[in-house]
Amino acid sequence: MLIFEHARPGRRNYSQAPTTTASTEGIPDQFLRKKQPLLPEVSEMDTVRHYTRLSQKNFSIDTEFYPLGSCTMKYNPRACNALAMLPQFLSRHPLAPEDTGQGFLACMYDLQEILKDVTGMAGISLAPMAGAQGELIGVMMIRAYHESRDDYERTEIIVPDAAHGTNPATAVMCGFKVVEIATDKEGNVDLNALKAAVGPKTAGLMLTNPSTLGVFEENVTEMSRIVHEAGGLLYYDGANLNAVLGKVKPGDMGFDVIHINLHKTFSTPHGGGGPGSAPVGVAKRLLPFLPVPFVSSENGTYSWVTEKERPQSIGRLSAHMGNAGVLLRAYIYVRLLGRDGMNRVAEFATLNANYLMAELKKAGFEIAFPTRRASHEFIVTLKDIKDNTGVTAMNLAKRLLDKGFHAPTTYFPILVPECLLIEPAETESKQTLDAFVTAMKEILAEIKEQPDLVKNAPHTMPLRKLDDVKAARELDLCWKPDA
Amino acid sequence: MPFIPHTQDDIAEMLASIGSDSIETLFDEIPDDLRSGRLNIVPPGLSEMEISRLMMERATRDGFYQNFIGAGAYDHHIPAAVWQITTRGEFYSSYTPYQAEASQGTLQLLYEYQTMMASLTGMDASNASLYDGATALAEAVLMAVRSHRSSRRILMPQTVHPVYKKVVRAIVGNQKIDIVEAPFCEESGRILPESLEKFDDEEFAAIVIPQPNFFGVLEQVNELTDWAHSKKTLAIGVVNPVSLALLTPPGEWGSDGADIAVGEGQPLGIPLSSGGPYFGFMACKNNLIRQIPGRIIGRTNDLDGKQGFVLTLQAREQHIRRSKATSNICTNQGLMVTAATIYMSLLGPDGLRRVAEHSHANTMDLVQQLEKISGVKKVFNSPFFHETALKLPKPVDVVLARMKEKGILAGFDLQTFYPEMSDTLLVCATETKTAADIQNYVTQFEQALK
Repeated sequence: MLIFEHARPGRRNYSQAPTTTASTEGIPDQFLRKKQPLLPEVSEMDTVRHYTRLSQKNFSIDTEFYPLGSCTMKYNPRACNALAMLPQFLSRHPLAPEDTGQGFLACMYDLQEILKDVTGMAGISLAPMAGAQGELIGVMMIRAYHESRDDYERTEIIVPDAAHGTNPATAVMCGFKVVEIATDKEGNVDLNALKAAVGPKTAGLMLTNPSTLGVFEENVTEMSRIVHEAGGLLYYDGANLNAVLGKVKPGDMGFDVIHINLHKTFSTPHGGGGPGSAPVGVAKRLLPFLPVPFVSSENGTYSWVTEKERPQSIGRLSAHMGNAGVLLRAYIYVRLLGRDGMNRVAEFATLNANYLMAELKKAGFEIAFPTRRASHEFIVTLKDIKDNTGVTAMNLAKRLLDKGFHAPTTYFPILVPECLLIEPAETESKQTLDAFVTAMKEILAEIKEQPDLVKNAPHTMPLRKLDDVKAARELDLCWKPDA
Repeated sequence: MPFIPHTQDDIAEMLASIGSDSIETLFDEIPDDLRSGRLNIVPPGLSEMEISRLMMERATRDGFYQNFIGAGAYDHHIPAAVWQITTRGEFYSSYTPYQAEASQGTLQLLYEYQTMMASLTGMDASNASLYDGATALAEAVLMAVRSHRSSRRILMPQTVHPVYKKVVRAIVGNQKIDIVEAPFCEESGRILPESLEKFDDEEFAAIVIPQPNFFGVLEQVNELTDWAHSKKTLAIGVVNPVSLALLTPPGEWGSDGADIAVGEGQPLGIPLSSGGPYFGFMACKNNLIRQIPGRIIGRTNDLDGKQGFVLTLQAREQHIRRSKATSNICTNQGLMVTAATIYMSLLGPDGLRRVAEHSHANTMDLVQQLEKISGVKKVFNSPFFHETALKLPKPVDVVLARMKEKGILAGFDLQTFYPEMSDTLLVCATETKTAADIQNYVTQFEQALK
């Protein structure tokens, strides 16, 4: 039932809105709305009950193991939420004077310094509001750098074929042409393809390392040399930073620009698809181009750095300063973990991934890159299973839901057929991983014995398989009272 | 180990299964010369009790103020149920609903949100949200250019939020799109439709129409929209969602309505929080739906014919289309939209209208009282929603500093964005201000001007 179907004309809440009406005589009639909007007329209890029940139809980290590859679904500590929601932080207006926000600004400044340490970069801006915006800003800085040197010939961005879809989409939004390069059999970028792709038109290379194939790009130093010698810059997509936290710093790998997905590595909540937050880091030569605002400190007083101090900045990418509340949660998280805790993140994320990979291999699943170490994630391919039984990766994913596990990422990266990208994250126990392996073994047996059971999954969810084709053909995006 | 559950036995058994003798060997594919990653600046960890104390100290240092600043972010009462439900783990710690059968909660909520926003803006359809109001406007500009095909020029009034204009320039600047500024009338604080005559012979993909505009003033949206449509230019409305409970929605502007409506969703139950996270909303007419960026939810059936909800029109998006996508956007602002949907349900059409009415009436009341002070006068002679500009007999920074000492953030200095507007204060009193708050403001203001 939709919230609108609980509504009755004239029903309303009495305590949440002003108790009286007020005069609108300052607004001429021509500006006034004639027909009231379709908002539900329901009681507070109706609302609370309806949305509580809806929440119960979701899988979440708080209720299920959620091994969604490349998304880093780890536990979101409750303290981060509680302390970021202290009323003074919530009530602070973004344009309030700096001296009324020194406590908040201290947290932002500290976070910038911590992120410099984590990434090995020379400067950080906290402004970007999501990974894709961090990428956009990163690529904009690459463009600004070349143009500041009167080099207008660099019109191409190189992207490996295993990259997130946001990489090529971002490059195009920045006015670049995308050159895709292939991956070799071991899951590394094909160095010969890279050598053939670079030249005087190369503005930069966007790379995720460890890659979305769940392996560490072993030739990264050589790649860095090739791109830099051609005059291009290196962009680090920090989607998988969780895997190398405290082991390798992107700055040491030769990267010039980086974004960090705080909703992954720094465990801020995914919230059903946002808000994200993706600070960008830069090497020294890109410092003048950092987006504003960011925080500076002088004699213990914090202030915003703006266009005035940074005339070459690529500018502003949000109405204010980015997703402050997400940044606070990330700051609290890193202070809870501390130096040792941060170093342990990559260790246990990697231990969990390699253990799960080993156990699934023993259970009879085909690993896409069996000779490689898993980073924090790895790929299972169901190509043979599909060829022999017709059961697809999506079928298996849906059957996992029946067994109480969120599905891994399916059909990404695109270059591995029938793939499941599995990322357990460091906060899961061995016992949870073992239960997942048991479920995967059961499904493997079902595929052999009763494949239709798997093909028609899910069976125990509130709904059975949904008709995507109908959704796209007969668009129904809004409820209508008379429909 | 914080948030890591492994016992020593677990670790030993796991390593044995892998066939490694230590966790460190799992990193042996990383070249040795890159292994310099130990963290130096990150301080040692704190317990929950210790970090609580630190954060409370910092929050207390910032304290509370009576806030009369608007300028794009507005102080409204947020019912307790909004964030208690929103921060339930099932909403807070889930992800983008790729597995529809395991995400019906989020998906249905987003469908309800789309319905509410489409109706509030008077449009046919809404997406599931964008990052914030400023980026929503930038996406609307890109969308207009995609659908117009022959023009890459946008007419941008100077009454649009100045930071939104900066963000638009930053985002679309590399795509050869030309932003042409249209000046406002200094008496009325709005765009005079007749002043657009000089653009009659020029082609534009779209005109941006803010309602209310950055000065709080109501623009002549009907005339502006009709002017745009008379020359095959799209009309993009930038609107405050709370105002729409009271004001004509963009879908009904002029003869045919605006084509795209965008805005900042923050007034709908999102705390001010130093500027984010907020959410941007975007709604449009039917003919533009396939050009809209970001996530969209559709209603469909399951195998048994039961109603359900899925992500739809995904062929527009980056994870399918890669370099040919409508935008690089990957997420929406799921949790913020969860809060906004619960907020709109709790208030309903009548409650939201009351919030809008009281915000208008309080600002009227405050301004009328301030105008009685010698030397204070309204800058513009047009009707406004819940915010307006006042000329002061003293520099604004001096007045703001004195008011701050009394615990009041008295407004926003317009000279920050409009260098020619000296001694001009932008002030806003929402429904959260009582008659006593307004009286106190007036009393302190008189003192501050002495």
